[in-house]
This record gives sequence, C-alpha cells and structure tokens, in this order.
Amino acid sequence: MSQLNVKSEATQNPRVTWEGCSVLLDINDGDRLVFARLTAGSTLKIGNKNYSLRPLIGCPFGSVFQIEYGKDGSALCRVFPSEEGLCNNAEEKGDCQLMDESKDNRALVDNNKAQSLSSEDIDEMRRQGAKGDEIIEALIANSTTYDKKTLFSQEKYRLKKQKKYAPKVLLRRPFARSICEAYFKKYPARIGYLRVDALSLMLSMANVTANLDVLVMDMVGGLLTGAVAERLGGMGYVCNTYVGNTPHPMDIVKIFNFNNEIYKRIVRASLDDLCLGQAEISEKIDQHDNGIEDDSKVQNSSVNMEALHLAEHDIDLDPQTSVSEVSQMCKAPKPGEKASEEAIKLWRRNGFSCLIIAAPDSDAWSLAKDLVPLLSYSAPFAIYHQYLQPLATCMHNLQREKMAISLQISEPWLREYQVLPSRTHPCMQMSAIGGYILSGTRICSNQQTPSSKE
Amino acid sequence: MLPSDPEKKLSFARCIKDGDLVIVYEKHDTMKAVKVCENSVLQNRFGLFKHSDWIGKPFGSKVFGNKGGFVYVLAPTPELWTLVLSHRTQILYIADISFVIMYLEIVPGCLVLESGTGSGSLTTSLVRAVAPTGHVYTFDFHEQRAASAREDFGRTGVSSLVTVGVRDIQGQGFPDEYSGLADAIFLDLPQPWLAIPSAGKMLKEDGVLCSFSPCIEQVQRSCETLRSQFTDIRTFEALLRSYEVHEWKMDSSQDEGACVGSPPCKRKQQSGARSGSQGSTASTTVMARPCGEARGHTGYLTFARLRCLS
Repeated sequence: MSQLNVKSEATQNPRVTWEGCSVLLDINDGDRLVFARLTAGSTLKIGNKNYSLRPLIGCPFGSVFQIEYGKDGSALCRVFPSEEGLCNNAEEKGDCQLMDESKDNRALVDNNKAQSLSSEDIDEMRRQGAKGDEIIEALIANSTTYDKKTLFSQEKYRLKKQKKYAPKVLLRRPFARSICEAYFKKYPARIGYLRVDALSLMLSMANVTANLDVLVMDMVGGLLTGAVAERLGGMGYVCNTYVGNTPHPMDIVKIFNFNNEIYKRIVRASLDDLCLGQAEISEKIDQHDNGIEDDSKVQNSSVNMEALHLAEHDIDLDPQTSVSEVSQMCKAPKPGEKASEEAIKLWRRNGFSCLIIAAPDSDAWSLAKDLVPLLSYSAPFAIYHQYLQPLATCMHNLQREKMAISLQISEPWLREYQVLPSRTHPCMQMSAIGGYILSGTRICSNQQTPSSKE
Repeated sequence: MLPSDPEKKLSFARCIKDGDLVIVYEKHDTMKAVKVCENSVLQNRFGLFKHSDWIGKPFGSKVFGNKGGFVYVLAPTPELWTLVLSHRTQILYIADISFVIMYLEIVPGCLVLESGTGSGSLTTSLVRAVAPTGHVYTFDFHEQRAASAREDFGRTGVSSLVTVGVRDIQGQGFPDEYSGLADAIFLDLPQPWLAIPSAGKMLKEDGVLCSFSPCIEQVQRSCETLRSQFTDIRTFEALLRSYEVHEWKMDSSQDEGACVGSPPCKRKQQSGARSGSQGSTASTTVMARPCGEARGHTGYLTFARLRCLS
C-alpha cells in the first residue's frame, strides 16, 4: 500500500495549487473560462470588480469559490459541496413529479412587473452583507410568477439568478483536455479549429507514449506540442519543426503546468536541419547559432503578443497578471530550445518514432513529402487539416509514391447529451467542424522485388 | 509494444527478430498478429510466407510469399492490436478509446482502475498512457476471460504495467487497497450504477470516472447515481466517418462548369492514368467522399469528476 502511495505521488501534474502555478478558472459552469497564474498580485474580474486570486493558492484543484461580502469588502471564498449542493434538490424531486406536472407557461406575461425587488433594494442588501444565496432567496420571494412556473423553469430561474448574484469559480487543472476545450470555445481560430476529440485521435493514431521521439509540425499555438509533451511525461522528445527560419510560436505550452524535466524535452529544429546530410550538419548549426538571437527575439515577441491577446480578450487576464506571467516565464527554463546537435544526429540515424502535423494553413502534401521520410519504418503518423481536399491529395500522393500504407481519412464527430430525469436528449448546439485526419504508417521504401529476393 | 526497452524502440536499425510480435498487413481491413518463429510459416490467400524471410528485415518491410504475393510486416501498436485481437466480448474502437484517454486525463505515472477487462482493447491503450511509471488494475468476473487477457498482455509485452484481477466489481466493488489512490476509473459494465459508489471511494478527489454504456437507460440511471458524489457530469457520443479517395479523369472537352467525370478508376489504374495524361485533353482530379457504411453507434461515454471535499 505504501508502495502504491509513492507511485501515485509521482504524477507529473500535482492536485493542489501552488504560488506561480497555472490554472483554468471556470466561471459559472463554463460561461467564462479564464487562464490565470496564481500569484500574490493576480486578480480576476467578476462583474465590475477585481478579486484577488490569492485565496486560491494552496487549494486542491476541483475546489469551488464564491464571492463573500464581509466588513472589509468582498473576496473569493471557498465553498463546500454541502452548501452548493442544495440547488440539486429540485432535480431529484423533479423525477417523480414530472409526469403529473400540470403547470405550464399560459399565465406568464412578459411585462417586466414580475419582480418587485429593485436593483437599489439589492444593492442595499449587499451593503448590509447579504450573501449571494440570500439575495437569490429574496428575489424568489418577491417574484410574483415564481410559484406559477414549472419545477424545471423554477430551477432554471434559480440558476440564472445564481450566476448573476452568486457566481461560482471552479478551479481546474490545465490539461490538454481543458486547454483545448477552452480555446475551442473561445478562440477556435488560434488552434486551427482543432477540437478535443480530433486532438485525442491524433495522439492515439500516432501512438504517442513515453520514451518516443515525436516529430510535430505545430501551427496551432503550441497546443499540439503541449499535448504530446503531457503524454511523454518528461521521457523522450517532442521536436517541433518548422519551414524556413522562424519557429512556430508555442505559447500555449506555458499554460500546462510542466516541470523543468518536461520543458527540457520540448525542442525545436528547422526542417532544413533535420533534412541535411550528416556532414553538413555541424556547419549549418554553426551558422544557425549566429542567427539564434533573431530566433529568440521572434519567440519573445510572440510571447508578449499572446500575453496581450490574453489581456485584451476574455481569456482575460488582468494586465497585471500577464505582466507577472511573462516576467516569470523568462526566469524559468524555456520550452522549445533548439534541439542539440547530438539529438538531431540521433534522429537522422534512427528516425522519429511518430509524426503529427497540425498546420491548418499549409498544404498537407508539401509538408508530408518532406516529413514522412524522417520517420522510422513502420512508424505511424497523423495529419490534421480543417479541409478535406488537401488530405485527399496528400493521401493519393503518399499512396502513389509508396511511402505509406494503412492510409485513412477520418472525420471525428462528437455529440454531447443533456441527461436529466425524463429530459434526456442531445444538446441543442453542437460543433459541426471536427476537421479531418489523415493517418497512416510509413513503410520501408527500399523495396526488394521477388526476383531479387534469393 | 511499448518502448520501455530501448532496444525495442523503433528505428531504422531495428530489425525483426525471432520471437517478435508483428502485425501482418494485407490491406487496411485485413491484418493478423503473428509471433515470429524461425521455423514457422504463414499461409494466407497470397501464398506461403516463411518467417525466416522476415528475420533481419526492418519493421515496415514488404515481404513476399512463394507465389509472388506480398504483405507488410508492421510493428504492433495499440491501434493495430485493436484491429487484430480476438474478440471475446464487444470491444472499444479508436474513436472512443482516444477520447476516453484524453478525458480521463491519464498521463505517465497514473494509477487507473478498469472493469471489465473484456478483450483488452481499451486496456492496451490505458497501459500505453500510464507507462512507464504508472499501472493499470483491470478486473473481470469471468475467470477464463481474465486468463486470456493476461495471456494477451504477455504477448504484447505489457504485463509489467497491468494486473488482471478476477472480481465481480458490480457486486463487490473494487478492492479496498486502492481506496483513494486511483487517478482515473473506467467502467464498462451492464449496471454501472452498482459500481459507482465504490468507484467514488477509489478515486482521488477531482479524479475522473468514465462509464461506457450502449443504452441510454443505463446512462440515465448512472447519472442519477453520480449526482450525489460527482460533479461535472457529461455524456458524449463519439464517432468517426471515413473517407475514400479516388482519382477521376475529367473530360475537359466539356464546358469547365459542367465537368463530367468518368467513373472513379481503381487505385491500381492510377499510375497508368498518370502517364497517359500527358498531352491528352483528359486531366485527373483527386476527390474524396464518405465511405458508404459506417459504425452508427458504439456507446455513450459518461464522464464525471469526484467532488472535492477536503
């Protein structure tokens, strides 16, 4: 048993927050998603007020926070399920009552007179230190229509008021899953519309696991690189390659709570460096070293840009937070250092273990024709694209050039359900763009013919 | 199957050896797992293949039989294994498997519980995700099935990362020794709601549970049970649509707007079409369309997170 304990402690992503860690804040059950770094000075804006995130430090992921009003103003306070679980009661009661529920909406008139409590009344309650839940109860008590509503619309009403007067902040671990979902919801274009099920498929199709050397072409902001690094757990390498002289930004990697061990395993190498002949390698790398200043400048400026994005838009870090985030990142080891000469030599000798391409703006075949040959024989690969046609052409060419077998184009489809007593059905809205994935296995191309066999 | 042994890691230098497990690939839907044995042969519709011919060749090589027919010998992966394993039960496929691994937030070092083991299709992917420092404890109440699964894990070389137990999880729950230690739990049981209270005990706080059920009534009941201890309860259906790609000859003598294609030519003819296209008026286009038939339903995936109380 003690042995088990030790083993489970070794998990890379701790379950309790610490100062400086990256978190995903889910406000009101996914209404708003905010990436933040927990520092003494970082804040979160709810309504028109900034709340310090300091109370979140040292709490287990999965904790829920609400605003509490005290003598010295309001602050985020942790709440426990016994308190927040109350609102589930209606649902449980609903099960037996649904069938003979006779109320409906015939008596409801939209004349804005149903609520007798004014916003001044509510402000006054607040000043007197009323909790959000108490305000909600007061709103219900003063609503002339609440009793006429069906049980479910009463529940809906309560939920709507809760979101406004007693917002909940859920502390979540930044994982490939939550990061991908948050970006897909807020800024899908920044991750090339890569949906979480498409990302998971690629990781599986490419057989990503610890101790592999994974080649990626990540033009989705670092999401793919981060997701691969998460699966490697600090063993093996993820090499992010690029065409030309400018590495692709991988700022999303910094949202994952990776330790230095994992950061060290995230490297970059230009396609030219990976493709060069053995003899040319060292010479070229020397040249490249002179250019490295520029490279890192490019990377840094993109860091700033992303921080700006984050501040400007709603994955909304308060400018203060993002400043401290950036300065902190500069001290910590940077993910995406240039791959060492030895590593590149090794990859040239052994080939990469697998390949994933997520380059939504590039032609799949022009990348695949250069990247697939860098794979070991029998190594799997997966190529994502928002459009079908580039993958169809790529598949056709890979087949024609006899570079790969087991080729398949798949389109992921994902539907979420609302599951409630007597009210189960698919969700009314779904994402209709999962993109397309071309998967396959590299084969040994120095073919022998049957005649040359003996 | 997993690269925990550096010698077994795929590389240009890694050649097929006596005793290796290989996947013999005929075409995308015809594959077979074969243990390479110096004196053994493989017989299929393409002829007779001597294993001794494969030894010393790199994985991913094309190998020939006595009649000139050929197959490819590939290194096994969990994905290929799912396509070749012997079905002792209904199995999970890649769309569900990949989504489960991602949503359960499984990374190297995690401790994962699973019931039932079934044919071990998902288990193999779970093992890949926790390797090399984590462990999967998988349970099936069917003694013979558990034994066959153990045998399979031996064949694929993942035995050190997975333990197969014989236990009725619906009736008895998971063993107490894993209490509070599981990072993630997967249930594929006829009455998952019976196992949910035990799963709640096994999970770490904020740990994720997944229940796979083919029927919505099972989902309904599981979700009702989940509500008391779990949060973030979400149910999904994940499917894949495959596409087939064909090269079409376009007759350019027609108006461009009204391109009439000849019927799609088979892939075998494609190289011919390419060489024939020079100078002629016919140009070729590659086009894709969904395959005619697809899996329409596998099961519902319900995920939930254990509430944080401490």
